[in-house]
Parts: sequence; C-alpha cells; structure tokens
Amino acid sequence: MDPLTWTGALSVLNPVTIAIAAAFALAIIAQIALSFVAPEPTIVANPDGTVAARGGAYGTSEKAVRWLFLALVVLAVVYLLAGVVMPYGKVGIIGGLAKRFLPVWLSLIVLYAVSIRYKRRLGLYGKLFDSTIGMIGFAIVMFWVFSAIFATTIATHDVLSQISQMKNKVPGTPTPDDMGWYLLGGDHLGRDVFSRVVLGSRIVVQIAPLATLFAFMVGITLGLPAGYYGGKLDTFLSFLANLILAFPVILLFYLLVTPEIVATGMPQYMAMVLFLFPIVFLLVLVNSRYYVVPALRNKMMTIIAVIGGYLYLSLVGEVGTKVAVLPNMLDLIHVPGNILIVFVSVVFVNSPTVFRIVRGIVLDVKTRDYVSAAQTRGERPWYIMLWEILPNARGPLIVDFCLRIGYTTILLGTLGFFGLGLSPESPDWGSTINAGRKLMTVAQHPAIVPALALMSLVLGLNLLADGLREESLRD
Amino acid sequence: MLIFLLRRLLTMVLTALCLTFVVFFLTNLPPNLEKLAKTEAGSRITDEEVQSWLDKNGHGSPLLVRYGEWLGVIPGWTREENGVTTGRCIQRGQDPETASSFCGVLQGKWGFSSVFKDEVSTIVGTRLSLTGILMFWVMVVMVPVSLIIGVLAGMREGSKLDRSLSTFSIATTATPEYVSGVILIAVFASSMFGLKWFKGTASSAMDGITFENFFLPVITIALYGIGYIARMTRASMTEVMTAQYIRTARLKGVSFRNVVMKHALRNALIAPFTVIMLQFPWLLNGVVIVETLFNYKGFGWTLVSAAGNNDIDLLLGCSVVAVFVVLVTQLISDIGYVFLNPRIRIS
Repeated sequence: MDPLTWTGALSVLNPVTIAIAAAFALAIIAQIALSFVAPEPTIVANPDGTVAARGGAYGTSEKAVRWLFLALVVLAVVYLLAGVVMPYGKVGIIGGLAKRFLPVWLSLIVLYAVSIRYKRRLGLYGKLFDSTIGMIGFAIVMFWVFSAIFATTIATHDVLSQISQMKNKVPGTPTPDDMGWYLLGGDHLGRDVFSRVVLGSRIVVQIAPLATLFAFMVGITLGLPAGYYGGKLDTFLSFLANLILAFPVILLFYLLVTPEIVATGMPQYMAMVLFLFPIVFLLVLVNSRYYVVPALRNKMMTIIAVIGGYLYLSLVGEVGTKVAVLPNMLDLIHVPGNILIVFVSVVFVNSPTVFRIVRGIVLDVKTRDYVSAAQTRGERPWYIMLWEILPNARGPLIVDFCLRIGYTTILLGTLGFFGLGLSPESPDWGSTINAGRKLMTVAQHPAIVPALALMSLVLGLNLLADGLREESLRD
Repeated sequence: MLIFLLRRLLTMVLTALCLTFVVFFLTNLPPNLEKLAKTEAGSRITDEEVQSWLDKNGHGSPLLVRYGEWLGVIPGWTREENGVTTGRCIQRGQDPETASSFCGVLQGKWGFSSVFKDEVSTIVGTRLSLTGILMFWVMVVMVPVSLIIGVLAGMREGSKLDRSLSTFSIATTATPEYVSGVILIAVFASSMFGLKWFKGTASSAMDGITFENFFLPVITIALYGIGYIARMTRASMTEVMTAQYIRTARLKGVSFRNVVMKHALRNALIAPFTVIMLQFPWLLNGVVIVETLFNYKGFGWTLVSAAGNNDIDLLLGCSVVAVFVVLVTQLISDIGYVFLNPRIRIS
C-alpha cells in the first residue's frame, strides 16, 4: 500500500485552506493593531432611520475575522466529514483520524444537542453553553473523555506490539503486512504512536479527576474547621500546609515515588490517612444534616460506613504488601503499588493548596448575615460549615476544581517525564514524551503527538474553567 | 515591624528544620541505606555485611542522632577499631585529635558525593552558578514581557487586544515546560520544518553562552511563567482601572495614555511583585525539567542525577538549597508587599 499524505484526495482544497488561514491571521493582527488607534464604539444614525455601529477600518477587520473564522470552521468540518464518509485511507491521515474518532464525534454531537436543548434546566452546567469559550473548552475535555471511553475501538494497533520495520517511521507509513497504516507514525521501538496516545488518555482521564476529587475532600475537610474556628487549630494546620507547599514539587516526587519507598509500604500508610478523609467528610456531612432524624441518619451512616469502609480497605490494602487487611477473595480493587504512590503523591501535593483556598473563602463567608442567623438559631458548627458556608463557596471551588484537574494532568506528565512511578512501557503521555524526546533529531512525531494531546487537554480544562468563572460571576 | 520580621524568621527556621528533617528521613530510609551499602561495598554482600558496613559508617545510630550529626548540633560519631579511630569528622589520614567534633551543614560540611566523587558544597556551588545564569536570563525575558502583556490586556477590559492576549496567557499556562520544550525543539531545532535556527541541547552553553544554544531553554521556562504573571497583572490592572481615582483623572481630562502610565501602572504592579517572587519555587520546577530536557548540567540536573543515583549527601545538599530558596523568596515577597503597599501597616 502507498504511504498516506496528510490530506489525500482532498489535497486540492489545501491551497484554499492555507490562503484562508493566512488571511485570518492577518485579519487578527490588523484588528489588534487597529484597536489601539480606533475610536471608542459609537452608534451612528443613518439617514434612512437605521443605526450602524462602528464602521471604518476597525469594523472591516472585525467582520473579516468573523467570516474568515467561519470559513475555517466550515473547511475543517469538510475535511472531517470527507474523512468519515469516504473509505479509510482515501482522505489521507486527517481523514483516517476523523474516521477512527467517529464514536467520539457522535457522542459529542449527542451530548451537545441534548445539553443545548435542555440548557435552561441544567443549572450551572447549562449556563456553560451560553459562553463560547466554555463550550470550546468543554468540547476539548469531552473529546478526550470519550476517547478514553472508546479507546479500544479507536486504536488501530496494540499499544505494546512492536514492528521492527516501523521504527521512527513518519506518519502515514503502511505496515509491512499491508493491513493498515501507522496513522501518526511509529516510535523508537516500532509501536503505533496514534494508538498509544489514544490509550494513554485512559490513564490521565482515570487518575487526574479522581486524584483532584480526593485532594478537594482533604482540603475541604481540613480547611472548613481551620477557617471557621481559627485559633490554634488554624495556626497548626496552616503551618502544615505551608510546610508541604514550601517543598519543591519535583524534589517531593523524587523522594516519594521511588521503588525503595514503595518497598517500605509508605504509599499505603499515606493512602490510609488520605483516603480516610472522603469517608469522614461524607459521615460528617450526613450526620450534621440528619442529626434531628436519628433513624434516617443511622441508616445512612451505616450504609456509608459499610460501603466506604469496604472500598477503603480494598483500595488501601493489597495482599502480599505491608498493609493487607482483606483476603484476596474480597479485595476487588487491585491498585499496583506504583500507581498508588503516583495517586497518593498527587493528592498530597494538591491538598494544601485546596486547603488554603477553602480556608480563605470560609474566612470571608463566615462574616455574612446568614451565618450569624444560623449561629443565633443554635445550629451546630459542622452544620453551619457544611450546609451554610460550603454551598455558598461552590462557585470558586468548581472553577478551581477544573483548573486543578489540568494542573494534576501536568503533574502526572511530569512524573512520566522523569520516568517516576509509571512503567516505561505504559502509554501515558508523560512517559511517551520522555521516550520520544531522546530521539528528537531523528524523529519528532513520537514526542510531539503526546505533547500536543496533553497540551490540548489542559488547555480545554483551562478554557472550561474560564467559561465557568464567567458564568458563575454572572449570577 | 521588627516583631513581624522576627516572627517570620522564626517560622522560617522552624519550617526549614521540619523540611530538612523530612528530606533526611526520606533519603535515609533502610532500603536507601542498603542500596548505598551495596554500591559502596559491592553488590553481592550479605545482609549481615550490609548491617556491619552501615554500623561502621555511622548509619546505625538512631535517626534523630544522625539528623543532629548531619545538621551539626550533635558531635559526629567516632569509632575505634584496631587502634585506628575513624569518625564522621575525621578525614582519611587526619589525626583524630585535631579533627573538630561537630561537622554538619551548620559548620559548612555538606558531605561527600558518592557519584561525582567531590565535596557536595563545591558541586552545589558550581551547579548553582550555572543555574543562576539561566535564571537571570529567564527573568530578563519573563518579567518585562509578562508585565507588558498583563498591562496591555488589563487597561481595556473586554477589548479584542485583551481577548487575544488573555487567550495567549491561558495557552501558555496550559503548556508545561516539557511540552513547550519538545514542541520548540521540534520546530526550531530539528529537521521537521527544516528550521535549524537554534540548538536542541544547551550542553555547549556551559562553556560559552550564545543566542543559538541558550534561547530555547530560556524561552521554554519563561513561557510557562509568562501566562501566569500576565494573568495576575491583568487582574490587578483591571481592578485598578475601575477605581474611583482613575475615573477622576479621566474626568479631569488626563489623556488615556497618561492615566495608564502615571496613575494606574504603579498601583497595578504591587500584586504582580508578590506573584513574581512566589514564582521562584515554580521556576525551580521548570529549571529541573528544562535542564534535563536540554542537558544543561546545572542545579536541576544535579538534583535529578543525585536522586536517580541514590547520592544521599548530594541530594540532601540540593534539598537544603531548594528549601532555602523557596523560604527566602516567601519572606522577601511578604516584606516587599508590606513595603510597597501603603494600605498595609503592621504594628
């Protein structure tokens, strides 16, 4: 089979695309330059009774940017649609990618159609669809989430199987058995870069949000009382938080994520402490709310304690290590020691920052009238913290949650980049970048593709956070 | 003010003690020491031999005692065997009588690197100076660029310029050093686009810095920081631009340029100062990544190789420096904030 070009049968369109893209870039630069000299926007009444806002050079550039952007979007859709409709390999690499990602496109379309249709009933999530930035960010994030879900269908080759003829081959090289192509080329061991990046998204999408959630549980459980009570407790907890924050992150990783540390059982001890917080948080949450209805409360507390406790023991313990509580039969969740230490250290690094944010918000919110009202009513402190203060702090916390998932993704990449924790065979983006960077002079794509993937995911999360901030400020 | 300073200094010393103890604890865990013994005395030795080697070299005493010895507040261990006295503070061939009894970090004895076969203090010194050069150029690029971007974006909130620059800042904060570094190398230093403008490694920069071999590492570190500082500056600038005195100045008929340059700028730059100082710990992070990526043998590279090779003394030395840098910048940022902001008074 022939090697693929980037756009295959649609190559006739390329000059048009390049011309429009160049014009778009020029228009943006012109608009920025003109915005310095352009007068303030004024509305001019025309003789025929209509009004026109802003004309002249600036108006033209603004219009040009809008239309050129639309044209670019249309062209991109044409490339993707052609790739999906025409047979695999006809529209080059881009068409091939578009076809492989078909389940993702369909899911995105369904998700967006449903969300936009019912956006007025969906609260803050629905409001997200009022902001363009937020929508773009959410689309990028969901693209990777769906890729992770459908990863096995999307990937063209096995992530570990090596074809020695395909070492460092450029994108679009056909495999020697003529069964297909390496869409984004082969890496230094002759593995398919595309499949590895797609399956690598699984690791990030699984670990990053969960680790961030745990960090938030720890930060909230400790930050609420520190801000609310103040005094000695606050001094002590703040000192601890500052202690961890003063640690250079990489040094901490190098000290924590080593095989020697895993051998001492330290990650499991740390997990024992850190994973306790979500359960404590939920128990206190329920207890403070349903304290007055003991029957209901006891039922809910028991359920949480049993399920949470089982998950806790199953997650922390592992047969054959220092912490082995459950027998192998009952232990449903098997987390390898090196993944656990990666998870724990990411939670450990993130929680002090969350703690500081929560503490700061609580210090601000606790001076409000509704808190005094609750205190006068005789509500107990934990009820006030969890059911009066926390719901009112949700805006900044949700925004920070999105940003922090992005930051956690970067941290995971850093760990992979230094070859810490995850095995070098693992397809996660950090390890792949690390493997690819060593041969940058020979082949660039093995490092570039995961780098762009990681960048796009973090960018999506940042844009999403920006959109959410805008919309939550509008309340 | 003096009491404030004293309290800050006290907290700083306490933090430093806690942090160094944690590092000491983590680097001196039994598996690490066992590995050290095996690299020093041969990899096929038995467990008893490992134990005796550790005892002989002073690793057998309790953790707190060893920490005290390393810090220099507890007299170093000595051992007499077959009439020969060895000890922590006694160098080979030195008369035990003349050796000092304390030798720790406080006395300037940082130990001996088992990988580089040199005094830790000299290694850290030379490496730090290399990193210092890198940091200097990063600051030279990063601070003015980010401040200009932030001020331009913040002076007219919601304008096209603001939107473009804010998007740029978001994009750079979303690009960690190992991603931007890889992309920059691919674009500007490899055959991918044929633009071989710069060098993809900075190992030659240790002998002589040229634009060609130093531009990429500097810009890689700077880019990640630029977005963050620019966003902080923008937030601070937009806040100042909505203040009453700016409106007053505009109503008085002061031109927009003068309002920005004379009235807004000075007040808007207080917050970014703190942010820039607090960026140092982050830069440390970036330095480690970039020095590894570009093979520039500075402080970050040393830290990585010390950690990777179980070089305990060197790793401890690097940690002390890193922790010291972080704490000092925190202190400076706090004090500077108080000095710069007339609204804050500490009595």
